[in-house]
Amino acid sequence: MPIFSYLAIPVKGAKETLCADLSTTPHCEVIPSDNQDVIVLVTDTPDEVAETVLQQNLKNLQSLQSLNLTFGYDDHE
Amino acid sequence: MKLNRRRFMKYVAASSAVASAGSLFPGISFGDWQQVVNNSGLVSWQKAPCRFCGTGCGVLIGVSGNRAIAVKGDPNCSVNKGLCCMKGYHSVQALYGKDRLVKAQVRKNGSMVDVPIQEALDLVASKLAETRDKHGKDSVAIYGSGQWTIPDGYVASKLFKGCLGTNNVEANARLCMASAVTGFMTSFGLDEPMGCYEDIDHANVFVTWGNNMAEMHPVLFSRMLANRKQRINVKIIDFATRLTRTSQAADKTLLFKPQTDLAVANAICYEIIKNDWVNWDFVNSHVSFHKGKTNIGYGTEDHFSFQDEAESISLEEFVRFLDDYTPEKVEKVSGVPAKDIKYLASLYGDPALKVTSFWCMGMNQHTRGTWINNLVYNIHLLVGKIATPGNSPFSLTGQPSACGTVREVGTLTQSLPHGLVTNEEDRQMAAEIWDVPLGNIDPKPTYHTVEMFRALDRGDIKFIWIQVTNPMVTMPNLKRYRDGALKDDRFVVVSDVYPTPTTDVADVILPAAMWVEQEGMFGNSERRTQHFGQIVDPPGEAMSDTWQIIEVARRLGFEKQFSWSQDDYIEKIWEEYRRFHAGPKHEMASYEVLSKRSGVQWPFVDGKETRWRYNPEYDPACSNGKDFDFYGQKDNRAWVWARPYEPAAESPDSEYNFWLNTGRVIEHWHTGSMTRRVPVLHNAVPEAYVELHPDDAAELGVVNGEKVKIISRRGEIVMPAQINGRGVPPRGMVFVPFFDEQYLINEVTLDAFCPISKQPDYKKCAVRLEKA
Repeated sequence: MPIFSYLAIPVKGAKETLCADLSTTPHCEVIPSDNQDVIVLVTDTPDEVAETVLQQNLKNLQSLQSLNLTFGYDDHE
Repeated sequence: MKLNRRRFMKYVAASSAVASAGSLFPGISFGDWQQVVNNSGLVSWQKAPCRFCGTGCGVLIGVSGNRAIAVKGDPNCSVNKGLCCMKGYHSVQALYGKDRLVKAQVRKNGSMVDVPIQEALDLVASKLAETRDKHGKDSVAIYGSGQWTIPDGYVASKLFKGCLGTNNVEANARLCMASAVTGFMTSFGLDEPMGCYEDIDHANVFVTWGNNMAEMHPVLFSRMLANRKQRINVKIIDFATRLTRTSQAADKTLLFKPQTDLAVANAICYEIIKNDWVNWDFVNSHVSFHKGKTNIGYGTEDHFSFQDEAESISLEEFVRFLDDYTPEKVEKVSGVPAKDIKYLASLYGDPALKVTSFWCMGMNQHTRGTWINNLVYNIHLLVGKIATPGNSPFSLTGQPSACGTVREVGTLTQSLPHGLVTNEEDRQMAAEIWDVPLGNIDPKPTYHTVEMFRALDRGDIKFIWIQVTNPMVTMPNLKRYRDGALKDDRFVVVSDVYPTPTTDVADVILPAAMWVEQEGMFGNSERRTQHFGQIVDPPGEAMSDTWQIIEVARRLGFEKQFSWSQDDYIEKIWEEYRRFHAGPKHEMASYEVLSKRSGVQWPFVDGKETRWRYNPEYDPACSNGKDFDFYGQKDNRAWVWARPYEPAAESPDSEYNFWLNTGRVIEHWHTGSMTRRVPVLHNAVPEAYVELHPDDAAELGVVNGEKVKIISRRGEIVMPAQINGRGVPPRGMVFVPFFDEQYLINEVTLDAFCPISKQPDYKKCAVRLEKA
């Protein structure tokens, strides 16, 4: 049941699209910066399967340029 | 339990990301964060103005359960744009000191005992009524504060002036802002600045007049520094009596001898005229010249009375008056080299430079406080650098609602929410809105603050209710006023949040709700009204000051005037109060608008705030068809005043050979009753000290931390020395911050005041030193 947070950087001009994409992705919460093209992404998945699916979904997002991990927690560890 | 832990971990994850973003992208802001964390159910964020100084920074209060746990700057507030100072960031901790007053107390047989608050309010009402019946309406008084919310001050004025018929209403802003008020009134006919903080983003030159902004208004000072970094041709000139952190950051510091700012300001005007830097178009169209009385005294005696009289003079007479103030002559009085005076004048005089002057206590706590305010306006008026972006003579305030509550609501003896008690039209308006007979409102002012406490000492006042302030630390010549408050037949009620030297003299202590434990509004230095909701519950039986007054008013039989419900009384009070300011000169935003925004500047007309008054491009009240309209004075002009240099009430002599200057440090706010209960702030500066020049310290034979006895004609105090600390006074001066109730420096200070504003001078008296 891991919890991660990331700084998500959108591709140029796609911040709003990325916000919308992430907001509709299961297990994701977003906190967009109001003055920079940066989005805080907090993920909270119930198990490893869901986490794997989420990671794949994130990789497939066209609006996402990069993800930078800032925090990780797993209560199984 | 597991769910709470998980929510907590998600919050930590988000915090970590936000912190990382802050280090990677300086200045990054996440203004919507509160909406997301609300969804998690852990922390919600709600807007409020900061509780401390008069800057009026917008903050977001993080709340978990019923507890305020965090603060961040509000990026949507134009005042601070997401930044706070150290006091702001730690402000919520001030709510939770261990010795918070949570129950009412009443003195019985010499000891304070807990009682239900309703019983205490019964006693307050009965004692007030009994005193009034026995000794007359002017034997009762209320003394409030620039930390009163606007509704607090409004109901106090309505009860005492409207219902009880006494003008014994004063506030501690008399001690910090009264000279600014009389300065504005005599120069412009209306109170409060024409400019706003946006001036910082336009000015080329900032002159701080006796104003240590780096410590006292750090967020605004940061904005100045940021502008200097980002724009070319921006300078900060520190015009001061001692070296401070502002001096360290300034481009140039000019040190002047105490009180001689009057002479230097006149010398600047002399230079402006001599070099023909006068903006003649502006002066001919918008300025008139005046003089008042001179040798006006210092108010150190009881019943001191003074009334200035304005007399029109010609420009030629004004120029002749300035002949006594050549830079060379003024150098001898002030210690400021003539070349530096000429340099300062050249900055004001250069038409290519926009100049903003900032001041606060240095000019206001001054026995000629009104005059020095006038004189700085003179400079700006002669060169026409006023009421346009970046050109601003700007009086800062020290308390969160000195403007909003004391100056706008009018909680001073001579004032009403609109106008003066001496003016029949203003009394009629008040009587109508308050629903009281016109005859209730006394046309004669009674006691200003110093005289109010003298009256308490003499016995002319027998009952005083003190709210949100700590006069038993802040009154100058303190011992007299503390002894007076302790006399047998005086009855002192104190509403506060913590025990203080003022609650020590109380017969009744009422526990007060603090800041965001109640709904209210503040008004900051730039005419910005800031609403805040009740975010957390007050502890125990603590009650808002507004509601305490309403409870007592109802017990006194004024149910009709104080009929509001506890559910919406703040909204109802605001909408009643707002009627006093209807019209384009001072129209205020509705409750609905205020509750949604991070502050609104008045005049607020047709949904638009006013950044610069008297300028028709911005100000809807301008109507003369010209480029400026100084509509406050009867002649529609701004007034330049011939005001001479006169010495301080008490200067060093052979017996008392040092100046004593008092003030503040960045970590503590006013008397420290809140900030000293915040561990980080308390540990940063745990006790007060006396700053000495290193040569004076060497002569005295003291090193850092050794004890020094400071002796004046009124008292003495022993405290540790600080040498080459954050502030360094010149030889012959010592400086003491007043935040520490263990060292009551005001037992040493002098209760001399400006005869026009009645504001005491805490910056100048004579002392001698001994190694203790």
